[in-house]
Amino acid sequence: MTDQIALKVDNLKKYFRVEKRKILKAVDDVSFEVRKGEVLGIVGESGCGKTTVGRTVARLYEPTDGRIIFDGQDITDTPEKDLLWFRRKLQMIFQDPYASLDPRMTVGEIVGEPLDVHGLASGQERTDKIHYLLEIVGLSREHANRFPHEFSGGQRQRIGIARALAVDPEFIIADEPISSLDVSIQAQVVNLLTKLQEERDLSFMFIAHDLSMVRHISHRVAVMYLGKIAEIAPSERIYEWPLHPYTKALMSANPIPDPVIETSRTRISLPGEVPSPINPPPGCRFAGRCPQVHDRCKEEDPYLKEIERDHWVSCFLY
Amino acid sequence: MEQKVVKRELEEPATDQLLSIEDLQVSFHTYAGEVHAVRGVTYSVEQGGSLAVVGESGCGKTVTVQAVMRLTPIPPGEIKGGKIIFNGKDILSLTEREMQSIRGKEIGMIFQDPMTGLNPTMTVGNQIAEAIIKHQRVSKHEAMERAIEMLNLVEIPNPRVRASQYPHQFSGGMRQRAMIAIALACAPVLLIADEPTTSLDVTIQSQILDLLQNLQDRLGMTIVLITHNLGVVARLARNLVVMYAGKVVERGTSWDIFYEPAHPYTEALLQAVPRLDRPSRMELASIPGAPPDLFEPPQGCAFAPRCNYCMKICMEYDATPIKVSDSHHVSCWLHHEANPNPLPKELQKGGGKRD
Repeated sequence: MTDQIALKVDNLKKYFRVEKRKILKAVDDVSFEVRKGEVLGIVGESGCGKTTVGRTVARLYEPTDGRIIFDGQDITDTPEKDLLWFRRKLQMIFQDPYASLDPRMTVGEIVGEPLDVHGLASGQERTDKIHYLLEIVGLSREHANRFPHEFSGGQRQRIGIARALAVDPEFIIADEPISSLDVSIQAQVVNLLTKLQEERDLSFMFIAHDLSMVRHISHRVAVMYLGKIAEIAPSERIYEWPLHPYTKALMSANPIPDPVIETSRTRISLPGEVPSPINPPPGCRFAGRCPQVHDRCKEEDPYLKEIERDHWVSCFLY
Repeated sequence: MEQKVVKRELEEPATDQLLSIEDLQVSFHTYAGEVHAVRGVTYSVEQGGSLAVVGESGCGKTVTVQAVMRLTPIPPGEIKGGKIIFNGKDILSLTEREMQSIRGKEIGMIFQDPMTGLNPTMTVGNQIAEAIIKHQRVSKHEAMERAIEMLNLVEIPNPRVRASQYPHQFSGGMRQRAMIAIALACAPVLLIADEPTTSLDVTIQSQILDLLQNLQDRLGMTIVLITHNLGVVARLARNLVVMYAGKVVERGTSWDIFYEPAHPYTEALLQAVPRLDRPSRMELASIPGAPPDLFEPPQGCAFAPRCNYCMKICMEYDATPIKVSDSHHVSCWLHHEANPNPLPKELQKGGGKRD
């Protein structure tokens, strides 16, 4: 990992218009950086905007406002036809390995398609590359002629990873890549992703709801709540010293597979549920459920403050 | 302190079993052939106890409890053998009519997906009242009052208003609470919760687990919890059954399973989950390969091809349950008295994390 910045996101907003006068603020003023060779985990509950951040950064959604700087170039408004270089450098891995592979294409065609789009290989070279890709993700070259339905969930996710790696990307956005897999298979895929990340010095955005998995794989973790970043810190720190009341609650709600710890620890339980991101009230988004809420939180919006090196929190308590 | 609590559990003599399943076998006939989904499952839960059934998708944990509720679709399903005794009654020999008086009244069930478990065209209050009217002689008005009480019991704010709303007006967590209210409406003695929190966010999951725990303490209900999440199990259950490929591979108290796992699969499963209280970016212990195809179940132990300690016998014969302690049984040849080799350190009694 270096200090060079692979991706810089400044004040990114993504709003969706729902019905006539309602605006859903899925991502509302989010800024962060991903360094070269770094894994940034993004964690949060459903509706917090983590997937929208990933998709907007990948320019699958048009940003409403803000800037996306990739590899030193501003790609916020670049027209699609000029984005081919960017698409080659940045690839995505999706959540549902059943929905993200075309059932009518063979695995060889799926993995080979990005090579054709970017004109990277043809003929024997292309075939060799497909076989090589299948092998590095733990499949075999014989699998190239089969169809996605012949594979299990874990194997399909490996196919998705092979496809993403086909263009030798520098940056990967993985959106819940393991949540649909069984525990024993999750560990296989996570180990594979970690190995590939280290070997190829990839930069990574790892988006998931499972706090322990995100912390496991990431160098830094950003916790999102209702379209905003609540806290962002190195992954060891966020566990040792969580600051934002939401991070603390999330941490304490995450069950640990150890009965002694589980039955003896005190839990912070949050009342109520995540409010709707449509026309959210002013002030801190978490104020309505926060155990440490003050009057100020309901009026003013907190901003991210650096509490110690690399540890940012958006809360008036600090 | 905690150690003592668990120990006391161990020494308690076995009380009456409320539900016992013996050598249950369930198959499904499909175009591709017969799927042997459940291949001889035996477990039981005592009155007032809580049992968690843990296993990965396709291990037969849901199929087993479907058979308990007699909800197995027949065809394509077929109960090929075994016995299910609930409260002294042989479930598999009851008529459908007799079964209807057990379902909902004596055994309540909650499902994974609260949206598909609720009827979108009926108000939540009516759905709870329906369960009450079905099993008890009460007026419509009285049933509705009881429904509102139930919503209050599951901690839904404004129960009177909420009772007249439809499921789509409820959030995911609220729907799961409503499902629990329906399941508990007739005060069943046994509650089967099939992945009750899998589709929920962690903070909501935590709320629902608190609720289930509270209700069990207050109502003295027996709970069978089916889940793949070991953290949820650690929090809620006192006894555990670990299933793999249609069979029970290990059963014991949560102390036995978490701190002294005897089956290589259980041990591997515990190592495969990242934990917040351990350093990050360590390589996770993973289990190579995938579970076997249950069209043609393997002749020997189903876990053998993925097992680090596989022996010759494991490929040829399947192990029968071997007693490790009074509360703890494991189906693994490594623990057989005729095994001349010493047990791997990880699977030895007291060789694990207890100190």
